[in-house]
Amino acid sequence: MSLISAENLVVRFGGTEALSGVSLAIEPGEIVTILGPNGSGKSTLLRALLGIVKPSAGRVTRAPGLRIGYVPQKLAVDRAMPMTARRFLSLPVAVGDAGAEAALARVGLEGLGGRQMSALSGGQFQRLMLARALLTRPQILILDEPTQGLDQPGEAGFYRLIEEVRRDTGAAVLMVSHDLHVVMAASDRVICLNHHICCEGAPRVVSSAPEYRALFGLGTQGALALYQHVHDHSHDHDGHDGHDHDHHHHGHDHHHA
Amino acid sequence: MTAMTTITTTTGTTTIMLDDFLIRAALAGIGLSLATGPLGSFVVWRRMAYFGDATAHAAVLGVALALMSGLPIGVGTLAVALAMALTVSTLAAKGWAMDTTLGVMAHAALAFGLVAISFVPGVRSDLQSFLFGDILAVTPRDLAFIWGGAALVAGLLVWRWQALLTATLNEDLAHASGLNPDRERLVLTLALAVVVAVALKVVGALLIAAMLIIPAAAARALARTPEAMAAGATAIGAAAALAGLGLSMWQDTPAGPSIVTAAAGAFALAAAIGRLRG
Repeated sequence: MSLISAENLVVRFGGTEALSGVSLAIEPGEIVTILGPNGSGKSTLLRALLGIVKPSAGRVTRAPGLRIGYVPQKLAVDRAMPMTARRFLSLPVAVGDAGAEAALARVGLEGLGGRQMSALSGGQFQRLMLARALLTRPQILILDEPTQGLDQPGEAGFYRLIEEVRRDTGAAVLMVSHDLHVVMAASDRVICLNHHICCEGAPRVVSSAPEYRALFGLGTQGALALYQHVHDHSHDHDGHDGHDHDHHHHGHDHHHA
Repeated sequence: MTAMTTITTTTGTTTIMLDDFLIRAALAGIGLSLATGPLGSFVVWRRMAYFGDATAHAAVLGVALALMSGLPIGVGTLAVALAMALTVSTLAAKGWAMDTTLGVMAHAALAFGLVAISFVPGVRSDLQSFLFGDILAVTPRDLAFIWGGAALVAGLLVWRWQALLTATLNEDLAHASGLNPDRERLVLTLALAVVVAVALKVVGALLIAAMLIIPAAAARALARTPEAMAAGATAIGAAAALAGLGLSMWQDTPAGPSIVTAAAGAFALAAAIGRLRG
């Protein structure tokens, strides 16, 4: 069964509808990215799936006993609160030193447990958040704009880490993003959201969908150029095979050439 | 006022005997610190300084109502402080502009209280003790109230510690971990009301927030973890209470403000040490 699913999910804040009739399901082991402009309801969708926001209508179903590792969008550790990386890993469930050090090593932060969180770089901070999320041995990782504020190498490194985690643990990954290039490469499935689901499917399929182009119009000429020359209807339905992936990288090189 | 009696014994050694009231005052200050150390840390982390002020000022109104109705002062302050804390907490959850709302409520509560208290005959002369505390007049009964309240607050915070820290760091993170941030906020709100009622006798309504914020801010400069900061704030608060009492004895200064003065001195010292250590 699906790890987590939504049926005709509606979320209203006051008079405005943040989500209207969203249905989706996340299967074990897949990497799904929700893509959409600012204010399109991406974070609200994640928060509704997590149970933080109550749906106004529709339903969210989580597999019984589902272990979720969550990385919120913004976590500003106020300088008023002293907090080492090691201490953070024990919130809210205490972990032993060995487990903490292993979690830090897993995300490339070995030996940094004594560092104050406010002294970590943006990339280190996000890796620490991921390390904490991994401690519960999650079946699904939910990440809200995990690479916001990272430079391009940091971003690429983070997505590589996500793929490694998926490979090693088999955890599904559901993340939100508005940066297109890397996401397209790192996802099995992309969902375009603008209060409702505009289109969804394998990255290449979505990128050629008219709804996607309408949504991302001008800002994404690069991403569109990336896929235009491999656009091919006969391949639309064979989602995430290696062939597709090769095309993508080919396109990427072409774009930067 | 003579606080210490110097006795010269036949062997020529000099011992200093502390009077009972001074021992009670010292114990009251230490007891209060057990609650204000950890709670004050949360006040600093969550930027609730003004919230603390509003709740503390409401205590004056509580005193007036208690005197009018014949209830014990502790009950009156606790009830009004709780009502104020819950009101402010509810408004905050509804997204009111807190700086303005708290500014209105903190000063309105103080003004209402002062007006109300002027209707109670014979209290005007005691007003200063409600505003600035009367730690040297702490009775054994007061002491039991102070230690009971402080133990309640400290116990509550220790019990909810992990959940409170997680919710303070990020509410969504707490929620995703199966915690309820609203419940943790309520824990802090209740704790604040109890501390206000307990601290009234020690430092008075006007300086309760100072005892929450200053020791915690001083400990921040020296601490690397939340636990170290809470423990440090407790120690600094207790030391400030003792030093303030000493200052009060020595120079005959008002005790409550002397304690806060000592805490402020500790803050300056800790900030300097923190800066030196980088």
